[in-house]
Amino acid sequence: MQTEVTTQYLIHVKHLKKYFPTKRGLFSSAKYVKAVDDVSFDIPKNSTFGVVGESGSGKTTLGRTILRLIEPTSGTIRYIETDINSLNSKELRIFRRKMQIVSQDPYNSLHPRKLVKNIIGEGLKIHFQLSSEEIYEKVKDILEQVGLREEHMFRYPHEFSGGQRQRIAVARALVLKPEFLVLDEPTSALDVSVQAVILKMLKDLKRDFSLTYLFITHDLAVIDYMADYVTVMYLGQIMEFGTKDDIFLAPAHPYTFLLLNSIPNPDPRIKKKKVIPMGEIPSPIDPPTGCRFHTRCPYARDICSNVEPEMKEVHKGHFVKCHFPLG
Amino acid sequence: MRGNLLDITKLKVVFYTYRGVIKALNGVELWMNRGERLGIVGETGCGKSVTALSIMGLVEQPGEIVEGKIAFEDKILTSMNGDALNKIRGNDLAMIFQEPVAALNPVMRIGFQIAESISRNKKKNEIKQVYPEVRRMLELVGLDWKRTIDLYPHELSGGMAQRAMIAMALSSKPKLLIADEPTSALDVTIQAQILELLDELVKKFGNAVILITHDMGVAAEFCDKIAVMYAGNMVEYANTTDIFENPIHPYTRGLLRAVPKIGRTDELESIPGVVPDLVDPPPGCRFHPRCKYAMDACKEKFPSLLEVGPEHYVACHLYLKEEMKNAN
Repeated sequence: MQTEVTTQYLIHVKHLKKYFPTKRGLFSSAKYVKAVDDVSFDIPKNSTFGVVGESGSGKTTLGRTILRLIEPTSGTIRYIETDINSLNSKELRIFRRKMQIVSQDPYNSLHPRKLVKNIIGEGLKIHFQLSSEEIYEKVKDILEQVGLREEHMFRYPHEFSGGQRQRIAVARALVLKPEFLVLDEPTSALDVSVQAVILKMLKDLKRDFSLTYLFITHDLAVIDYMADYVTVMYLGQIMEFGTKDDIFLAPAHPYTFLLLNSIPNPDPRIKKKKVIPMGEIPSPIDPPTGCRFHTRCPYARDICSNVEPEMKEVHKGHFVKCHFPLG
Repeated sequence: MRGNLLDITKLKVVFYTYRGVIKALNGVELWMNRGERLGIVGETGCGKSVTALSIMGLVEQPGEIVEGKIAFEDKILTSMNGDALNKIRGNDLAMIFQEPVAALNPVMRIGFQIAESISRNKKKNEIKQVYPEVRRMLELVGLDWKRTIDLYPHELSGGMAQRAMIAMALSSKPKLLIADEPTSALDVTIQAQILELLDELVKKFGNAVILITHDMGVAAEFCDKIAVMYAGNMVEYANTTDIFENPIHPYTRGLLRAVPKIGRTDELESIPGVVPDLVDPPPGCRFHPRCKYAMDACKEKFPSLLEVGPEHYVACHLYLKEEMKNAN
């Protein structure tokens, strides 16, 4: 959120908005899904920046908009000094090498009729003038980095398990030596024992390649394991932002608190009476007025339904968008 | 019978596919008492859903129960014909599924679908008479009946549809409710609401529940007992506290160490290797290629189920060996 002199930031996002028009009726004016609605934050270099939220919170749209895979409605995204929005398509393509994405579904994100060698090598062909021998070597090296072998280069995606496919997707992203990686629910489609391997691998790769991650997930336990900073999103807006410890040890927004409370704990000794958010998640087409969470918040008062709260800093680096922060 | 409600012995189920025969269940043993809450946990392909479908008598072509017995109270489900099974299903046995919106009939109103399940054995013109009961069930699962009774499934959110499914399943006052990943498709706050609702209703109705889940947290919170399955076998069975605090099977241990947990500071541990292809499963204990304690015996013979503590069962050669040592 706030720039410190000592920390170096890689990504700056300011007042980012992405509205998707919904189908317009004959007599009704166009409505918009406010997928991302005025979001600002800075991502420190070499950190893992976690974004957590439920369905419809806009976390995936956020990740894609930052990479300009989706054009933002308004707002700015800067990569160190470069304004990503103002790049033309040629400049953007060159820039893309630095920013890569690994998406959720390893079954759909790999071209089914291309060999692994070509899936990973394609980016190299576009971005670097390399001979096919050089490409071969680079693909081989990166496969080894993600725990696969040379022989895997000549197979098709369907010959791999979900975990292996996700390794291929990571290899495809990393072969270009990017600086910034958006990980959009990289382990949600995987079994827990496989998830553990992939998460560990991502941690190691981040260290080895000095990467910066934007890690998007709905799973708070995964965020706790991976992230340095956590942003909690709800219906297109940031509800709370802070370091991992701020969010997990001293959540200030009722939504964060209730979200943490909703997670089933794999420890049968803890049988606490739960406070959980009431009702359903409202539609992002017509989000509630005032604070967007007020319809489900057990602590809501009159002001919450009328006045949108400002983002305030409850203590250094810990921001919350709530009229009555906890704690 | 080992449990007074359900006792499954040596259940083997196969599926005939063009790739070959998938040996989905490899002699599953499982039992439970009336009113108990049993969790079946395991990863993709371990056979937890097939076990549930077998109990419900819903294993159909190309699948087949080739061996084993499922006893439900005094009835042997595996030797019953379709009509007799139909009488038990939807009365004593009910099931809810992972994708509630998909499990409901898309072209019928919610109220009608619940009415239909209440009046299964009645004539068509009698359906109207059960509507008061439909309203009561909808209220019971936390839905406003005036708003929801005339809606179609696609007009409901996932959480609301799951509530409607629960209303339908519990309307017949089943003795056993099988819930197959009932909250896996839902957001975490909605999941918490549904689990709380199930907890409340099960206390009220006193029925037994089999909760199938891949989420160890869900199992820990909801279940009295947990059965851990791997590649078509039940490998460990104990009460919930024992499974979490004193896991014995190397797979259970590995699984628990792989689960990320808030506040956990140690590194996650993973289980090396991958889940085997059940067309050509490893011989002996199906976990042996991934097990760091594997011995020769593990490659040859599937270990029989052994009681290692009070109501704590495990299928692992490591403990069979120790047992033998103690006996000598």
